[in-house]
Amino acid sequence: MNSILAIAACEFRISRRNNLLRATVAMMVLFAVSLTVLGSGATGALGVDMLTAASASLATLSVYIVPLIALLLSFDAIAGEVDRGTLALVLSYPAPRTSLVIGKLLAHLLALGVALVLGYGAAIAVCLALGTVSTASLLLVLKLTIGGLLLGAAFLGLGYALSAWAKGAGAAAGYAIGIWLVFVVLYDVALLAGLVLSGADGAFTQDFFPWLLIANPADAFRLVTLPTGQAAELASGFVSADLARSYAPMVSLLAWPLAALGLAAFAMRRVEP
Amino acid sequence: MSLIVKDACVRRGKIETLSQLSLHVRSGEKVALIGHNGAGKTTLMKASLGLLPLAAGEIEVDGARPGSAHARNCTAYLPENVSFHPALTGAEVLRMFGTLKKTRENISALLDRVGLGEAGQRRVGTYSKGMRQKLGLAQVLLSKPRLAILDEPTSGLDPIARGDFYGIVDELAAAGSAVLISSHALTELEAKTDRIVILRKGKLVVDDKLEVLRRKADLPMKLRISACTSIHNVLTEKFSALKVSDERFEISCRPTQKMALLSELTSLGESLHDMDIIPPHLDDLYRHYSKEAIL
Ligand SMILES: Nc1ncnc2c1ncn2[C@@H]1O[C@H](COP(=O)(O)OP(=O)(O)OP(=O)(O)O)[C@@H](O)[C@H]1O
Ligand SMILES: [Mg+2]
Repeated sequence: MNSILAIAACEFRISRRNNLLRATVAMMVLFAVSLTVLGSGATGALGVDMLTAASASLATLSVYIVPLIALLLSFDAIAGEVDRGTLALVLSYPAPRTSLVIGKLLAHLLALGVALVLGYGAAIAVCLALGTVSTASLLLVLKLTIGGLLLGAAFLGLGYALSAWAKGAGAAAGYAIGIWLVFVVLYDVALLAGLVLSGADGAFTQDFFPWLLIANPADAFRLVTLPTGQAAELASGFVSADLARSYAPMVSLLAWPLAALGLAAFAMRRVEP
Repeated sequence: MSLIVKDACVRRGKIETLSQLSLHVRSGEKVALIGHNGAGKTTLMKASLGLLPLAAGEIEVDGARPGSAHARNCTAYLPENVSFHPALTGAEVLRMFGTLKKTRENISALLDRVGLGEAGQRRVGTYSKGMRQKLGLAQVLLSKPRLAILDEPTSGLDPIARGDFYGIVDELAAAGSAVLISSHALTELEAKTDRIVILRKGKLVVDDKLEVLRRKADLPMKLRISACTSIHNVLTEKFSALKVSDERFEISCRPTQKMALLSELTSLGESLHDMDIIPPHLDDLYRHYSKEAIL
């Protein structure tokens, strides 16, 4: 236990001193603030408080930026240690291999949590200053935070796995960009193309699309965190509101971190220092 | 017996990077591991740490399987070219490793001992190569290891730091650690280690005390003489000396002939100004034994 905490403490210090990460978090805060301010125009029309109106934009922002932060934190985690020769050293110490991954995971989740609190906190501060914040909207932001941590954990796990699998930190960075593009951008583009080709009544749209949407952790996060009503809106009638509001997206969002961390543990066992 | 290697084989892909290697290192013993680049020194060390699987044979560390909890508890390792995360300070790195080893060693005293002192509070990113190497050494001293495995520990160290390093190695051995050191700086190993092990292409070529190796190799030693002009002819003709410069000559001789030659030379009396005896260099020995293996 002490070993895990010692590793986590060092790892958290490294994250805190990571300039690329700082820039990304600063960007997130900036976007959160501007999206909240821009979204405030719609408040009157929808008849909701300002934070509720902003939460949809915050969710969309998080879909892009949470996986990015998670991959930034994790891509160097194993490959960097191999490059520096410290992995062989750490593995020659009494602590078991898994404690290295768990220690890093704890530190990185904490760093991600700090980033989320800063970003969403800035949005809440803007709403308090310019408009209204209801208890319901605060719960919505809490849901975003927990969902963001789960989404982040999934991408942290993927990041560790590719970091252990890649030969060198440079290659790991490349794979990380690839994974981000595939899950966050290309996957949705491909689904959209499928929808267009198959048409509203096609087999793809009716039978496969909803499940494919839920299978992607980033889309599952969107479905889980969007305010009810808007989830169905997002699916634009393609996904039955029932499925979107069912437990399926939640199950996907919970299963992804477990699967990804399992993959990381597997890759870690095979990595040669 | 702290490290026992019995017929160990390690395969990487199709090539055998360690074949049928046997080696013992007792506690309190300092063993130097030398060999060409790619000879398998690092491979042997990693196998002894349980980081590489053996294809055949076995290794025991203090009676336990390498990589087992007991073996890891009593082993300290310094990897070659080690460098720590540039964003951490030296003291932070040591504190973390100290917790992993469950020791309560005083970190700042340890930093002073390896000559880092104040620099311990600075980030590793600002360290020179030698300073990173010293931090790696400090990490070895966190506990009193039964077995210390040091992979090219002196690369990048200045002569004084190197001297200090061997001082620390002597202390480790005196406290009962078995020490296995690999190095390419052969001359410095000469006086500092008990036994020399030479690897060649994954095979053990030689494993013996330095004096024994010298005797077996029977390499010529050199006498360097300066003498007054009157006996230059005698030197070149009778002793077949080689003229190096105006007053200086060199005679090479077999170790067995040394004493006879010396008494003959001293009988020349006053005309002989000075004389140095130069034993064969470890470089020469190394060359001799690696060549022998080719034949
Ligand atoms: N990661 C690896 N994958 C495959 N082969 C490797 C790997 N590392 C080393 N080898 C091979 O193993 C052999 C022994 O390498 P090793 O690193 O043990 O040499 P060494 O004696 O430590 O050399 P040096 O003096 O350069 O440090 C070499 O033939 C090398 O090509
Ligand atoms: Mg080596």
